[in-house]
Amino acid sequence: MRRTWAVILAPYLWLVLFFAVPMALIAKLSLSHTVLAMPPYAPRLDLSHGLDGISAFLGGLSGATYARLTQDRLYISAYLSSLGFAGVATAILLLIGYPIAYGMSRFGAGARQALLLGVILPFWTSFLIRIYAWIAILKPAGLLNQGLALLHLPPLQLLNTDAAVIIGLVYAYLPFMILPLYAVLEKQDESLIEAAQDLGCTPLTAFWRVTFPLSLPGLAAGALLCFIPMVGEFVIPDLLGGSKTLMLGRTIWTEFFADRDWPAASAVALALLATLIVPIALFQRQQAKVLS
Amino acid sequence: MTDPAPPLVRFEGVCKRFGETVAVDGVSLDIAKGEFFALLGPSGCGKTSLMRMLAGFEAPDTGRILLDGIDIAGLPPHLRPVHMMFQSYALFPHLNVARNIAFGLRRQRMPQAAIASRVEEMLALVRLEGLGGRRPDQLSGGQKQRVALARAIAPKPSILLLDEPMAALDRKLREETQLELMALQRRLGMTFMIVTHDQDEAMVVADRMAVMRAGRIEQVGAPREIYDHPANAYVAGFIGETNLLSEGDRWRAVRPEAMTLSTRPQEGARAGTIAEIAYFGDRTRYVVAAQNARLVVSRANVGAPLALSVGDAVWVSHAADAGALVSP
Ligand SMILES: Nc1ncnc2c1ncn2[C@@H]1O[C@H](COP(=O)(O)OP(=O)(O)OP(=O)(O)O)[C@@H](O)[C@H]1O
Ligand SMILES: [Mg+2]
Repeated sequence: MRRTWAVILAPYLWLVLFFAVPMALIAKLSLSHTVLAMPPYAPRLDLSHGLDGISAFLGGLSGATYARLTQDRLYISAYLSSLGFAGVATAILLLIGYPIAYGMSRFGAGARQALLLGVILPFWTSFLIRIYAWIAILKPAGLLNQGLALLHLPPLQLLNTDAAVIIGLVYAYLPFMILPLYAVLEKQDESLIEAAQDLGCTPLTAFWRVTFPLSLPGLAAGALLCFIPMVGEFVIPDLLGGSKTLMLGRTIWTEFFADRDWPAASAVALALLATLIVPIALFQRQQAKVLS
Repeated sequence: MTDPAPPLVRFEGVCKRFGETVAVDGVSLDIAKGEFFALLGPSGCGKTSLMRMLAGFEAPDTGRILLDGIDIAGLPPHLRPVHMMFQSYALFPHLNVARNIAFGLRRQRMPQAAIASRVEEMLALVRLEGLGGRRPDQLSGGQKQRVALARAIAPKPSILLLDEPMAALDRKLREETQLELMALQRRLGMTFMIVTHDQDEAMVVADRMAVMRAGRIEQVGAPREIYDHPANAYVAGFIGETNLLSEGDRWRAVRPEAMTLSTRPQEGARAGTIAEIAYFGDRTRYVVAAQNARLVVSRANVGAPLALSVGDAVWVSHAADAGALVSP
């Protein structure tokens, strides 16, 4: 009896310790205000004064930071530009990832395993190193421009631009787009395509009428799986983006470490989470549907 | 005598190999317009391959396939007026029943109103009125089968290919469906070509049938003709039960129902003992262990029953001209 309870409670304990408590702390922080002290925020909960301490603490909380967020142009543009980066990158990922996943699913079983390994292989090297490699490729005298020079083409200024951020996002998230798409395309019944052709579809119309609509669950899963984390991405815009590249991940970092404005950082983080709840819920529903 | 109208479909020396396996080995075959034709043979004998070459999903290595007298090599599947009902049904899971049936009609750019009325007509034909809005996964096996059928005949193909259309149905439903399919084929006047490894099914539905073995055609003819005059011992054994009795250097194939069982010695009869008795209601099947042969006798259960039990001595005979002489 005891043991079964422990088994049931363990995941909840985990959730409370590592999810609910940190979330509550961030929520509390976002309702505080900054002070020049260590830690740099107030009010602080002082339980040594009993109930008075608690009521003083609660009285000190306010939504002023959130009000500030909605009025400050910087936050709003960072917010919109994050959504923009994630949206553009997701669209490019779809355009690149779909043909790759489709091509992979058409190969024989042996070649498919090898290709799948090729998609997963980059995960076995450090993410940070792979992004640094892009710096080496994109920098003014980098591999890309050396290649262009060989072809007698003018060099490109890509590093520290928005384009570099998009390149980095697309590169880093491509496997997350390919894998769910590949999963649906690979298990598609070949006889459906034949039936479509039998009934008068050219190979191209058979693709649009049958293969594509049946791959939509994988497409939605891939798009959400990429879009959601890309909105809050920090490392890629920080390493590849320019000083003017606005993304929420960077804003949070700047508020926290440079401006020491912990309440603002927390409020931005929560606002980001609130926005993403809709796509996350969509993703969960999608997954539940696929599993059933 | 002038040549009659050319056959709707003509296979001429068609061969197809997949790597080392020879799937179809020199098949020549004519199918007439309006005919219900069955391809019968054991698993792996090349029935599906032959059908897929007609539908355009495989190309023959050698030989020609003519449709209405015209060689259709190089014509892709979507341009062939040949529709196939797939063994797995291959219904489009993202489209409802009505849209599945309309699929081929839309490709023909038929006007909306005409499509709608044709879909209704098809639903009525396969007795699925009112189910047009259902998704394929909300249908029973028998209903799916009928949607697949309706979808394939809606665009009025010159020939409908059915690959083991009833393999997934239980026995009772299968028998019903066979009769429905025959009635439907007569009503539409459409040419049907069915693939099956079930000899009873082929005999019931087909006007003519071809018996295949290992990529080759052993015999073509009306079911009755093949049953009564099998071309060889293989066909005799494959179509129904048969007793192969040696006669000179050939075999005489005699059907169990052409054998007579007697409890008294008879002139020219073979002596043996009853090894098995199986009662089927309308008939009883006896297996008789005779000298170096197992004979099967089928006796209609009319009149007084034979009081026999396993181990009893019996004499088995047949008319001198019963069955057919076949080469081994
Ligand atoms: N695409 C293919 N690749 C390789 N071999 C094949 C292919 N299609 C068929 N074969 C082989 O060709 C032979 C004939 O196959 P086919 O599917 O035509 O048989 P069938 O008579 O329809 O059998 P069944 O009753 O089991 O459906 C078999 O040996 C099969 O393994
Ligand atoms: Mg087959």
